[in-house]
Amino acid sequence: MVEQSTLPDLDTGTTSPMTGAELRAARLAPQPATITPLLDRDPTTNDSANYMINFGPQHPAAHGVLRLVMELDGEIIERCDPHIGLLHRGTEKLCEAKTYLQALPYMDRLDYVSPMCMEHSYVLAIEKLANIEVPERAQYIRVMFAEITRILNHILNTTSHAMDVGAGTPMLWLFEQREALMGFYERVSGARFHAAYFRPGGVHQEMPDGLLGDIGDWANQYEKHLDDFQGLVADNRIFKQRNVDIGVISKADAIAWGFSGPCIRASGVAWDLRRSQPYEVYDRMEFDVVVGHHGDCYDRFMVRMEEMRQSIRIIKQCVVQMPAGRHASFDRKVVPPGRGEMKRSMEALIHHFKLYTEGFHVPAGEVYVATESPKGEFGIFMVADGTNKPYRCHIRATGFSHLQAMDFLCKGHMLADAPAVLGSLDIVFGEVDR
Amino acid sequence: MTAHWPATKPDDGVRARIEALFGSAILGVTEHCGETTVLIVRDAIVDVVTGLRDDPDLAYDQLMDLSGADFPTRVCRFDVNYHLLSLTKNRRIRIKLHTDDVLAVPSLTSLYPVAGWFEREVWDCYGVRFDGNPDLRRILTDYGFQGHPFRKDFPLTGYVELRYSEEHKRVVYEPVQLAQDFRNFDFLSPWEGTDYVLPGDEKANTPPPPMSAGSKQVAPVSTAEAPHPAGESKAKPDG
Repeated sequence: MVEQSTLPDLDTGTTSPMTGAELRAARLAPQPATITPLLDRDPTTNDSANYMINFGPQHPAAHGVLRLVMELDGEIIERCDPHIGLLHRGTEKLCEAKTYLQALPYMDRLDYVSPMCMEHSYVLAIEKLANIEVPERAQYIRVMFAEITRILNHILNTTSHAMDVGAGTPMLWLFEQREALMGFYERVSGARFHAAYFRPGGVHQEMPDGLLGDIGDWANQYEKHLDDFQGLVADNRIFKQRNVDIGVISKADAIAWGFSGPCIRASGVAWDLRRSQPYEVYDRMEFDVVVGHHGDCYDRFMVRMEEMRQSIRIIKQCVVQMPAGRHASFDRKVVPPGRGEMKRSMEALIHHFKLYTEGFHVPAGEVYVATESPKGEFGIFMVADGTNKPYRCHIRATGFSHLQAMDFLCKGHMLADAPAVLGSLDIVFGEVDR
Repeated sequence: MTAHWPATKPDDGVRARIEALFGSAILGVTEHCGETTVLIVRDAIVDVVTGLRDDPDLAYDQLMDLSGADFPTRVCRFDVNYHLLSLTKNRRIRIKLHTDDVLAVPSLTSLYPVAGWFEREVWDCYGVRFDGNPDLRRILTDYGFQGHPFRKDFPLTGYVELRYSEEHKRVVYEPVQLAQDFRNFDFLSPWEGTDYVLPGDEKANTPPPPMSAGSKQVAPVSTAEAPHPAGESKAKPDG
């Protein structure tokens, strides 16, 4: 070994007399082998240091901009520190500067895989604070689109989870179905993703003619595609090797880590806000709460698969039971009049102008409203001060608590298991980073 | 017409139970929209939440949310709100405490591991300190960020912006330059009362300067109760 003699001696504060040229020559000289051959090593001591790697911020399996700083012992994850906030846009702060209606489209941009479910909590919070009535038809439309959104989200999650662990075909098969769902989004709201369709007091527009029938037809044929997908991966040896007993979280741990939605149900807790704290017309719907047993990646995947079937059941019931009536409340102090009415009625014109400039006022108070979004409990904590803008709009993001458990779930697993765990948690960074 | 938002259960003696358990720590209990809020003494948070979690009649076993809020006019300007959920009793409760940017709040990380990131977020966004959190780093904002962006006195546009500089071949930070002034529209009706003074109106209460002799005497116009012209109040000039 070459002595590092140009470094100042900490005791005396002097440097050794080696010149630069000598040092360079010494560095270039062939080094004696310091690495002990593998067979000669003493297996009882571990003289290799752990090393740190950055997983992301741009990694296809990170499902967005996530930087995971991992400490690895060989290929075993010893510690995993997620660095989030790379997609932070300050949505909560932006909401404080907008009227209630203007802040609504920000919700679509949170979890951009399930936009309408984000709007759902937000409009319910406003309606609860201001005690706004919503017609029955609007409630059915909302529930139906919330379930369409759930399938939209679960298709993306399950197929990309399968892709993360090596199965590329499901994504190609099911994205055709997802395309059909985005077609419904477009027909009902004009936008394929950022719908801004749920509004305080109802939904933005009446559904176009024929849409209800098309949704029913689609729901009748979807399960066949789901069966194909499930047959492809559910009993596949590789898929099981990559998922079964990976990232196991027990019931007690899932509760302590603030899990919700499919992640807590996969651990065996039969908890579903649609059932336990029903909102809109969910109390009239027949569906099963899907529960897993083991709390591993495979169970989280299978819970989502089964939830899609339950969503189909709810959609079919909505199509059958859809009542006639208005798509939004007739309260002109909250819901703006239609375009045609506005052209004929002075009163309607005034309401339209006032609602799109000043907006409606929400009485002072604070509420926390949580709905069962596809990922789990998505809550809005709204503090109103009686003006036309939220004083504070805190967003309880589901993925935020789930991602926090990454360290807990990944510890002791192989590096290659991290994408499987991440995929099974269903993380979307628009929501986590807000 | 029944309420269509998530159903909440009636009180059923929960409030009395909480008041009996933590009477001395409670500053006030309010009910609003069917939700219970308990305002407590800051230092009692760990005891109260431990009790709420471990009491078999309450069993609030999940910490669902933890958030801050800023009320700059108050002495203890920050609210910290804890939203607890009981999976077995199917109830929610909100615990609230007041603090400022110096007084530390005891951390809940020993009770709920999920509190770790929530507290980091409140620290990052509001600058509320949590005593006992083992990892109180910033979480949402940029590496090396200065200030606490969700405070009401932090401008919406921030202070710095970043861009990729072709010249330096790296990302550079620069003071924010707005191509157009930040417009903060205030649509509140001037007839329903505003809590600000429009530019120029502050002169209404100062006595007019003494007139020089010989000039035409004009009776001072009382503008104190004159309504503001609607057009002027539409756009509140940003300060």
